[in-house]
Amino acid sequence: MAKVPEIELMFQGTTACPGCGAGNAMRYLLKALGKNTIINIPACCWAVIPGVYPSRNLDIPLLYNAFEATGAASSGVRAALNAKGVDPREITVVGFAGDGGTADIGIQALSGCVERGTDTIQVMYDNEAYMNTGIQRSGETPYGAWTTTTPVGSKQAWKKAPKKNMMEIMNAHGIPYAVTMSIAYPELMIEKIQKAKDILGPKFVHIYAPCPTGWRSNPSDTVELARLAVDTCVFPLYEIENGVYNVYKKPKKKVPVKDYLKIQGRFRHLPEEEVERIQKNVDLEWEKLLKKVKFTKE
Amino acid sequence: MSEMKIVSGNFAAAYGAKLSRVEVVAAYPITPQTEVVEKIAQLVSEGEMDAEYVMVESEHSAMAACIAASNTGARAYTASSAHGLALMHELLIWASGARLPVVMTNINRAMGPPWSVWADHHDTLAQKGTGQMQFFCENNQEVLDSVIMAYKIGEDAEIMLPSMVVEDAFILSHTKEPVEIYDQELVDEFLPSYDPEYKLDVERPFGFGSLGMPDWYMDFRYKIAEAFEKAPDKIEKVNKEFSEIFGNDNGGLIEEYKTDGVDVLIVTMGSISSTSKDVIDELRAEGHNIGLARLRTFRPFPVEKFRKITKGVNVVGVMDRSYTFGHGGDAAREIKDALYGHRDLILKDYIVGLGGRDMTPKILKNIMLDAISLQDKGLDNEIEWVDLRINQERWRR
Repeated sequence: MAKVPEIELMFQGTTACPGCGAGNAMRYLLKALGKNTIINIPACCWAVIPGVYPSRNLDIPLLYNAFEATGAASSGVRAALNAKGVDPREITVVGFAGDGGTADIGIQALSGCVERGTDTIQVMYDNEAYMNTGIQRSGETPYGAWTTTTPVGSKQAWKKAPKKNMMEIMNAHGIPYAVTMSIAYPELMIEKIQKAKDILGPKFVHIYAPCPTGWRSNPSDTVELARLAVDTCVFPLYEIENGVYNVYKKPKKKVPVKDYLKIQGRFRHLPEEEVERIQKNVDLEWEKLLKKVKFTKE
Repeated sequence: MSEMKIVSGNFAAAYGAKLSRVEVVAAYPITPQTEVVEKIAQLVSEGEMDAEYVMVESEHSAMAACIAASNTGARAYTASSAHGLALMHELLIWASGARLPVVMTNINRAMGPPWSVWADHHDTLAQKGTGQMQFFCENNQEVLDSVIMAYKIGEDAEIMLPSMVVEDAFILSHTKEPVEIYDQELVDEFLPSYDPEYKLDVERPFGFGSLGMPDWYMDFRYKIAEAFEKAPDKIEKVNKEFSEIFGNDNGGLIEEYKTDGVDVLIVTMGSISSTSKDVIDELRAEGHNIGLARLRTFRPFPVEKFRKITKGVNVVGVMDRSYTFGHGGDAAREIKDALYGHRDLILKDYIVGLGGRDMTPKILKNIMLDAISLQDKGLDNEIEWVDLRINQERWRR
């Protein structure tokens, strides 16, 4: 297992909420990539977390861009570096966007960036809603969740649509490498990010980043929630390398989904049968994933 | 050695980008701009042009990629038109806010609906508040020249602003004219490589575009305003320098055509100007004291220059190839704004040629005669829509 590098490129003084999973995501990402990294960030929590002008707590060149533009901005930075003769292995270009900026408004630019084969790591730190604007539902909000735009009232209940599967969308682009990771496993994060760094072409990294503010969970439960998401198979840790699936961290013992749901206020309203429905769906998706692993490895 | 080629306005734009040694091109196709990106793709593929060409999936991404490239220290270029430009809107503002001298060519095309691919200035003028400098070209040589000059002006440390070099759909974009393709060494001397003081650099990490609280934001906006204050002088200076080196004077802020001591001044923009100049000659030969000012630079708007050239003028007739609903033609409104409290004259706004409606010498002459007639009869209508289906008889007779 990879060691967590000593280097700190994210300093104190962030404006993140207590227990912010996205904070850990950035810290480990930068530890894995080191200082030869250019990062671009659209509108999202991380547009604010590094501090407001003139403060900045990230010790790497940082470019903010428009909400829907991350894939295009990565392409622009990479193209400029290419024009200057800088090899992709010399400087890593990272697009670091939330779930909305990746899977909703940013999906077109991301698709273009990946389709063009841009040498870049495109990160989706996934807190499963538009958290910076105040917990509105996104395409990555899971079935059953409360958000401010899927309020639970007499006429409207929770989010009814399923979570958008970005790993499959990326895989459908023929991307060389796509990987999910969890802030509950920093060493595995470091290992997989460093693996992504060494692969030429576009890479997609899906980081599961619990948000106590939006999930109505205890800030001290953030890492526990991230671990439970893996142990319940709600968020399996796997990678797709040139179409070949590999689950790199299987739960020792599969934990019931209700253990994960019950410590989050955003699922509080769900009746028993809905919890069962979610459990069934998680089981089905997990089985499907294992079959994909088996099928693609053979 | 410089070389004369017979090229379209679109090819002229591509050659302008080539001669400017742009390092990153990001563009998306739209009629009637496609030849620009096709030509650049060809020049790159044949090794005649050393640029990274990012074939983006939208105009929004085109400008986003150019912004990011420029922020990384590369000279960036794009081209678009009408709906593509409108899609870029957010990033046109971003480019100026980030103080990045990206240059784009926009082919002036009408906005739908109804769908139209023909000449109209609405697309560009709808972006007049985005912090882009805007240069309206009269011919294909000027298209090429203006791309090179736009980098020179925009990259000046005191300016640091993006530019739009614009040309009329089909009338320039698809019409071939002789264009001088300058000697590369001469252009290199005029336009040194882009080397911004601040850029994305792992050895000297800065953050660009972070949240500006109310105690900072306004001051950043003021800095952009200051740059726009300085831009008119810079534009005139660069135009002079360019004309001395390359022999083509494109007029800087306003090209004056026989304006000395005239009673009636006609204002035009873009390709309509060439035909209008012929009509001016005709009317002058008939004894009318009339001249033409070609408004070349719309942003920054040449306020001082308009005050200067309207001294002693009785009537200003403005031809607007666009209309801002609820207000009028942009050029006429802004000229009025510039002259308020400085000149006591008649100003009439002629709305002409929208969606590519042909502006013939006959129609132009009738407009100018109408302007001349205002000296005696006074202002009839502040705004006149010319050559509508309901009034064609009057303007075409």
